[in-house]
Amino acid sequence: MSENVEVVREDTVDPPWNWPEYRSTALRAPKRPLVLLPHTLSELTGPAFGEGAVGELDHDLTRQHEGPPLGERIIVSGRVLEEDGKPVRNTLVEVWQANAAGRYIHEVDQHPAPLDPNFTGAGRCLTDDEGRYRFVTIKPGSYPWQNHPNAWRPAHIHFSVFGRAFTQRLVTQMYFPGDPLFEYDPIFQSVRDPKARERLIAGFDLETTVPEWALAYRWDIVLRGSAATPFEN
Amino acid sequence: MPDRTPSQTAGPFFSFGLCVLPAADLSPPDAPETITIEGRVLDGAGEGIHDALVEIWQADAGGEYRRDWGWARCGTDADGGFRFHTVKPGSVPSTQGSMQSPHLEVIVFARGLLKHTLTRMYFPDEEEANAADEVLASLDEDDRSTLISTRRNGSYVFDVQLQGERQTVFFAL
Repeated sequence: MSENVEVVREDTVDPPWNWPEYRSTALRAPKRPLVLLPHTLSELTGPAFGEGAVGELDHDLTRQHEGPPLGERIIVSGRVLEEDGKPVRNTLVEVWQANAAGRYIHEVDQHPAPLDPNFTGAGRCLTDDEGRYRFVTIKPGSYPWQNHPNAWRPAHIHFSVFGRAFTQRLVTQMYFPGDPLFEYDPIFQSVRDPKARERLIAGFDLETTVPEWALAYRWDIVLRGSAATPFEN
Repeated sequence: MPDRTPSQTAGPFFSFGLCVLPAADLSPPDAPETITIEGRVLDGAGEGIHDALVEIWQADAGGEYRRDWGWARCGTDADGGFRFHTVKPGSVPSTQGSMQSPHLEVIVFARGLLKHTLTRMYFPDEEEANAADEVLASLDEDDRSTLISTRRNGSYVFDVQLQGERQTVFFAL
């Protein structure tokens, strides 16, 4: 290993790559020390997506087919922020999830739960000037997986966020409050700091609920700080 | 100040959500010098990873980072393979004021990766610029060679080895 560039910095926020309880890490987790990279323009810039990247109904996963999907309709909203609290404007937020029965539309998902012809489970939107995003969807179901005997994932929505710099890129999962599966889930538990784990759990958001129509959850996403960017909006 | 949101794995089922935007082709139709970059994402046993997602970010041929161009993604196929059509990026400045050798930023997501990996791909036909590049210069020969693509049938070939003796160099964020 190149001597002068090793960095061993304990990251208490992100999970480690090597996490034996999550079996798929065994042959995939990088084992060698990370190399420190000076943050040049290559790291401090990143793609922007115009309105063209987002269709009119992309934020509403309940209106992408002929009829409404089965399940509990919910509104998921929040803000995308940087660590200094500044909103990240006009950034692309992508989501994907299982349906209410806990089944993904993906061909590899063989969980014997029904697909819903009225639900794909994918959405995207751009944040507004305050960094806000908003999706309408249905609450995903829990589902079993093959990691260990009787393994079940807590209900979650996958999120992908870009930020302003490529080093801010984040893919993560949002969970729902009070899920009894948290303590048994090696992916959730891979975040070792309990306070950091809590930040993966959305809050119930009574204020945003729509009477007679939908419950609501609020979840803010905080991206690592970016020292500078030449693409100030 | 708010605290950072932790990463979680993309899992195995991202393609219907993330591979919808047709985004593996960055070559403008009139670009005289389109290049193809192809490679595989490999695990510690040397097997291709079929459920990985590769994203690239690059400057244009003139060495400018543009907001509206330069990013692409490609989900891997059954053999772990990915392919991008793009143009070769120009040189961009380093933090020291010198010029960096042409390169792309490359990140990989996958089931089994609880957070993504960040690396860079350089070009084999830029020997002089590579020798002067401050990031490459900070690495020993074995590590440096994991970041430099090779040529095969007119394509640039760049494999990302997640684990093992020949693990690709990954950078701290």
